[in-house]
Amino acid sequence: MLGLSKKDTTFLLVVIFLTLATPILLQPFPESSALAQFNAGYPDLMQRFAIFGIFAIGFNILFGLTGYLSFGHAAFLGVGSYSVVWMYKLLNYNVVPGLVLAIIMSGLFALFIGYISLRRSGIYFSILTLAFAQMSFNLAYSVLTPLTNGETGLQVYNNDPQVLMSEGSPTSPHFFGIVMNEATKVDVGGWQFTFSNGYYFCAIIAIIVFYLSLRIFRSPFGIMLRAIKTNQTRMNYTGLNPRPYTLAAFVISGMYAGLAGGLLAAMDPLAGAERMQWTASGEVVLMTILGGAGTLMGPVLGAGFIKYFENIFSKINDNILHSWFSALPDGLEDFVVFVFHPFIGKGWNLTLGLLFMLVVIFLPGGLIEGGTRIWNAITGKNRKKKREDAAHHPKPTSHVN
Amino acid sequence: MGILEVSNVNKRFGGLQALGNVNLDIAKGTVHAIIGPNGAGKSTLLNCLIGKLIPDTGTVMFNGISVLGRKPYEINQLGISRVFQTPEIFGNLTVFENMLIPCFAKRDGSFRMHALESIAAERDIIEKAEHMLAEVNMSDKRHMTASSLSRGDKRRLEMAMCLVQEPKLLLLDEPTAGMARADTNNTIDLLNQIHDSREITMVIIEHDMHVVFSLAKRITVLAQGTPLVEDTPDNIKGHPKVKEAYLGEAAA
Amino acid sequence: MDAIILQILNGLDKGSAYALIALGLTLIFGTLGVVNFAHGALFMLGSFCAVTLQKILSLSFTVEDPTQKDFLGNPLKVDTPYIVSWFGDATGNAILNWSVPLAILFAIPVMLLVGYVMERGLIKHFYKRPHADQILVTFGLAIVIQEIVKYFYGANPIPTPAPDMFRGSLDFGVLIGFAQNEIIYPYWRLVYFLFSAVIISAVFAFLRFTTFGMVVRAGMADRETVGLLGINIDKRFTIMFGIAAAVAGLAGVMYAPINSPNYHMGMDFLVLSFVVVVVGGMGSLPGAVLAGFLLGILESFASMNEVKSIIPGIDQIIIYFVAIIILLTRPRGLMGRKGVMEE
Repeated sequence: MLGLSKKDTTFLLVVIFLTLATPILLQPFPESSALAQFNAGYPDLMQRFAIFGIFAIGFNILFGLTGYLSFGHAAFLGVGSYSVVWMYKLLNYNVVPGLVLAIIMSGLFALFIGYISLRRSGIYFSILTLAFAQMSFNLAYSVLTPLTNGETGLQVYNNDPQVLMSEGSPTSPHFFGIVMNEATKVDVGGWQFTFSNGYYFCAIIAIIVFYLSLRIFRSPFGIMLRAIKTNQTRMNYTGLNPRPYTLAAFVISGMYAGLAGGLLAAMDPLAGAERMQWTASGEVVLMTILGGAGTLMGPVLGAGFIKYFENIFSKINDNILHSWFSALPDGLEDFVVFVFHPFIGKGWNLTLGLLFMLVVIFLPGGLIEGGTRIWNAITGKNRKKKREDAAHHPKPTSHVN
Repeated sequence: MGILEVSNVNKRFGGLQALGNVNLDIAKGTVHAIIGPNGAGKSTLLNCLIGKLIPDTGTVMFNGISVLGRKPYEINQLGISRVFQTPEIFGNLTVFENMLIPCFAKRDGSFRMHALESIAAERDIIEKAEHMLAEVNMSDKRHMTASSLSRGDKRRLEMAMCLVQEPKLLLLDEPTAGMARADTNNTIDLLNQIHDSREITMVIIEHDMHVVFSLAKRITVLAQGTPLVEDTPDNIKGHPKVKEAYLGEAAA
Repeated sequence: MDAIILQILNGLDKGSAYALIALGLTLIFGTLGVVNFAHGALFMLGSFCAVTLQKILSLSFTVEDPTQKDFLGNPLKVDTPYIVSWFGDATGNAILNWSVPLAILFAIPVMLLVGYVMERGLIKHFYKRPHADQILVTFGLAIVIQEIVKYFYGANPIPTPAPDMFRGSLDFGVLIGFAQNEIIYPYWRLVYFLFSAVIISAVFAFLRFTTFGMVVRAGMADRETVGLLGINIDKRFTIMFGIAAAVAGLAGVMYAPINSPNYHMGMDFLVLSFVVVVVGGMGSLPGAVLAGFLLGILESFASMNEVKSIIPGIDQIIIYFVAIIILLTRPRGLMGRKGVMEE
């Protein structure tokens, strides 16, 4: 089906099901229970799962397949956001023209940056992309203020033209009348499920782009990209020109990033320059590595993992910790809380940094590799062979192969 | 007229004359070995043939087309394949995927944006790759990661990747360097078998005489950047000039 | 003319900081072959050494001063630093006042230790891993260091003044024949420049004139051969890492009065320092220093109003722009060696 093998089709169907059922699956605890704070089924967070999932899927096409580590992908995220807000300002709040423009603009931008940066490889490439992104960030803050509205961030004002705006048009982002920030709440027993238009809009786009990335992974083009990562000399002497392949991958991943940036603005009609800062580029690198670079599901898992725990950890405070460990003797309780304290609340970045180091050191294949190892340990299957494989082949393709 | 014509090639590195007036005419369908002591300019000559170095003077024509200044992938697309001293393969990919890549390169040229096509649908390419793997007796290893192959198998894989492109000319740079005797003999057999079945022109750079005399139909002896003699293997054996080049004046 | 001299001077202090960080980055890269994204964090740690020492020195106890009364008539509570009570008013206050220069003594052992622990504990395991992995793990480490500092010191910049003696400015113009107040240059920036010059010379002299330095230079050129000669190159490289960390740290200590330390200053400097290293030529020590000063001065010229009115925003992007041009036209940078990082 859809040009996929049977295995891939099943895999895609599972992903579609999980994505569509997310508002239910991420709401496992009843509202009244103490564990309700671990629920993640609210629109804002789920949208971020989908959007950063798209961002990471796109980044993975470049980094996971070709091994070119870009430290400047946030620039495309920013370009996407600005494009969408501009379309709000000029036309109306329909997100479609904006998203189309976001993809086109970020694609062109990526073509330009990629064409120049890809003349170098390795760390030079990383630094070039970093330099371009920082340049864009600095320009967005200063000279390009007429385009970006500088520090304030770009937003829609009452005196904007909005030529397509009519009397009854929604006054917030919508998809042909389906307003993004509207949601249906369903109460079942003690549970409350929120089915938000915005989430489903993002989710359907995420499924489409995931399907595209699946096709790319299984295509001759995908093999060429992996060949580039492995041995460019042989690639050249086999009659293949690596540069257009890498450039194509760069542009595709730039368009994914632009789409993700556009969706951010589709959920919340704002665009700020801080979205282009290199820490944002670093974040998508973290997501991809944490999940498992070069695997299909890894980047999505990584994005979900980071966004989920960012949210949970930021909410936990000392009082919550105390209530968890209240069974312990007083002194010990205080000590445990004291130990955990730096990692929670505002300390989330610390946890993230540590986690990231641990993954790079012990689990270069990311969560996917971890899962595979655990699975093999449980089933005891091919234990020795797998370990040998992992040494030679740091990116297991696991169940999606 | 030969398939590969090298005329009046000179190359200097600073004060060193690496190649001086090299003329070579390699006939179609032959196996031509280029031998010579260390520093004779074998590698420099090879690098000129594949466009990595541009000689100071002279021309290198392949089937009437100049190869000078062309990118490696362009030269490959002209029909010249190359086997390296240490096998260059796609280590992270499986053996079968390694075979697919040259097949695509042969069919689609140096770049094609086939991002949404499925490999599984490319019946003829898959068939071609499988056929070639069977020919080099590696069908059973098709799912292995290429980097985990033995050295001999890596060499076979590399050779198969070159051959599946049906090159007009195969360049071999010390194909048995660092191999055990048994592996060397296997490689010689493989090359002979390839030559017998396909009549590919081969140019071999080598200093293992056992390999040279088992394979070559013609031999050029290079010394200090210039060809000393060019003849059949039988005539090269015991040629006084060759002895002189290898063993120095005293032996002559 | 005076404007040009002024901009060159203004560029010197930032250029010094770039040069010092880039020097350390290059030392680490050249000796260990590791791309250290945590080097900016070391610079930041240096600045916080100054902050820490200042805090330690101003630890105070409270006494009731019966001679002074607050408005309710109770004896006024006065904070007195221990230092002042131990050494007396004059000496104690002088020590307090000189806390930044004193922090150099404090920072050297601390930073050497940090460098040693970092190399032995983490970097050592990454020599044979791909450069991408090195970038990633040190990037993670940079986040961790940054967050730890934020946890203890908060997110706001902490003012760390220079000694009173160096407040105020030198009227440099008068010295070379210009009118008064045309070219004025803060004393501390002058001190910073001189300090960097001393450190840079010391590092070069160390590498040039000591046996240790000779071995390290040989190791930079060909690590394997030096190892085969029976020299324990690893141990020396560990020490080199410590020295590089100390150089970054010292650059940070002395920078504290110029720019109040905050937890993310390391990252800000890191990006620019990497650009500096690439422009100078990966693996070239003189290149790193040259490019550091060059880019610092260039940045300062670009921020002149006259320049900005011609090309708006140029001050924001000049360094990156130059880096891109140089990388494309001279891929090895200004003074790079062949074969470095060219996989």
